Amino acid sequence: MIDVIEAGLFTTVQDGGRFGYRHAGVPAGGVMDVWAYRLANALVGNNGDEAVLEATMAGPTLRFGVKAVVAVCGGDFPCTLNGRPFALWKPMAVEPGDVLEVGVCRTGFRAYIAVSGGIDVPPVMGSRSTYVPAQLGGLSGRPLQRGDALPVGVTHGHRVIGRMRWGLASAARRYIGGKTKTVRAVPGPEYDEFTPASRRQFFAARYEVTTQSDRIGYRLSGPTLALVREREMVSEAVVFGTVQVPASGQPIVLMADSQTTGGYPRIAQVAAVDLPILAQARPGDFIQFQPIRPEEAMWLYREQQQRLAQWVAAIRRQWEGER
Amino acid sequence: MTVEYTLFPLCEYAVTIRFSDHIDEDVNDIVHHTTARLQAKRKEGIEEIVPAFSSLTIYYDPLVIDYIGIGAWLRKNIRRSEQAVQRSARTVVIPVCYGGEFGPDLPDVARFHGMTEDEVVALHSAGRYRVYMIGFSPGFAYLGGLSPRLATPRRPVPRTKVPAGSVGIAGGQTGVYPLATPGGWQLIGRTPLRLFDPHREKPSLLAAGDIVVFQPIGADEFARWSEEHD
Repeated sequence: MIDVIEAGLFTTVQDGGRFGYRHAGVPAGGVMDVWAYRLANALVGNNGDEAVLEATMAGPTLRFGVKAVVAVCGGDFPCTLNGRPFALWKPMAVEPGDVLEVGVCRTGFRAYIAVSGGIDVPPVMGSRSTYVPAQLGGLSGRPLQRGDALPVGVTHGHRVIGRMRWGLASAARRYIGGKTKTVRAVPGPEYDEFTPASRRQFFAARYEVTTQSDRIGYRLSGPTLALVREREMVSEAVVFGTVQVPASGQPIVLMADSQTTGGYPRIAQVAAVDLPILAQARPGDFIQFQPIRPEEAMWLYREQQQRLAQWVAAIRRQWEGER
Repeated sequence: MTVEYTLFPLCEYAVTIRFSDHIDEDVNDIVHHTTARLQAKRKEGIEEIVPAFSSLTIYYDPLVIDYIGIGAWLRKNIRRSEQAVQRSARTVVIPVCYGGEFGPDLPDVARFHGMTEDEVVALHSAGRYRVYMIGFSPGFAYLGGLSPRLATPRRPVPRTKVPAGSVGIAGGQTGVYPLATPGGWQLIGRTPLRLFDPHREKPSLLAAGDIVVFQPIGADEFARWSEEHD
């Protein structure tokens, strides 16, 4: 068990997502920053799809009731273990009674706290991810609260013998920083229906992430976008990264927990490779969209998957050395 | 009949097939026929096939199959004679306790149309409603077929909490709230059935393509249903 001493601003249990239920109106959900999530799980010796804690802006304080390996990846959250500084992007052994304090984020927005064996809440519809709008998964379908107790899964063989004096190079977290984030995007299905000026503006201007931003979507603020001709749209599928434009002309980027269908014109689709960048944007940050072709987005996606696999393989080799 | 469609990538792992850009029963039939046919022909790498009003979207693993591969598979399987496929729609009867505490807006709806409450209930429960698609929230069915005589504007101030199972009218639409959420629909009744239950094998009671019939029940029957299903 892990005791939640302080819950942090908005901390939820998340995994890779809840798949196979879009036809029932249930989005895939899951972690917002899949890059940090996968690496955090690899660092603690997990298989890859175990549930973790996703912290937002201000992290939780946790007391471990078990021996485990812990890693924190994502935004730059100052962390301490029993009051001593605790480095991010590196595995750390904890003993029963140890207290991990995840502080207030300096750059980025979200952190992933992985524990060997994973957070073992019961899966709902094949996933442990918390989907707050329908109170599904996680701990009673809600964010953590002070006093909660989190079950931890059984670890798969990684017995810690060495000191684990290693972590990930800074190249793994280069995407985190910066007040203005450049995000690549493919023109969306209704892109051609926007006025030429709007199409230009969308990729030329910077859009600010407003405070009305959460796991469902980010409302952006910037130059108003208009259609050449208003028309009634028929609702169609939307996904994580779809940029839709309601009548206000201010774009909304749909995030992990967005609805499965939407009825607003879609000006763009953020490239899947850049969704972790978006996940680490906080209110007040700026988004600069950069146009790419669908083929490029696809190629970048494959390339990122390979890069991720290389990092995970390198971590596995380190683990072999620890045993 | 020739089925025309456009195909476009939604993102790295999904492609949408659009048959029309308006809502129409015939087009929606084609969507459901095509979904059923593609489901039956499942191909490796294809993960989900999700119908909407006049389009369907296929989710796939891009490391197993690519956009070109999906396109070729679709061209082979979306045949010209979609209309010839007979698909019998499932009819789902939804018991509804109209009016009273379960349908607090029934008097307003009746007054708006110059009808009695009984006339509203009779008209609403006489309809056969098509589930065009599931979306908006888990288990929420977009229903077509509300009598134009019952079309009622939304409430000026939405309620902060509408109980799950509430049956409402909003403009020309009728529907059931699967979950307790805020909402501005005119509430005319409530069903004891659970439209969404994550612990059922099929969490959503309704599926795209179903026909829905509302059956009036009394408050005593509502209580009995609720006990039996809890």
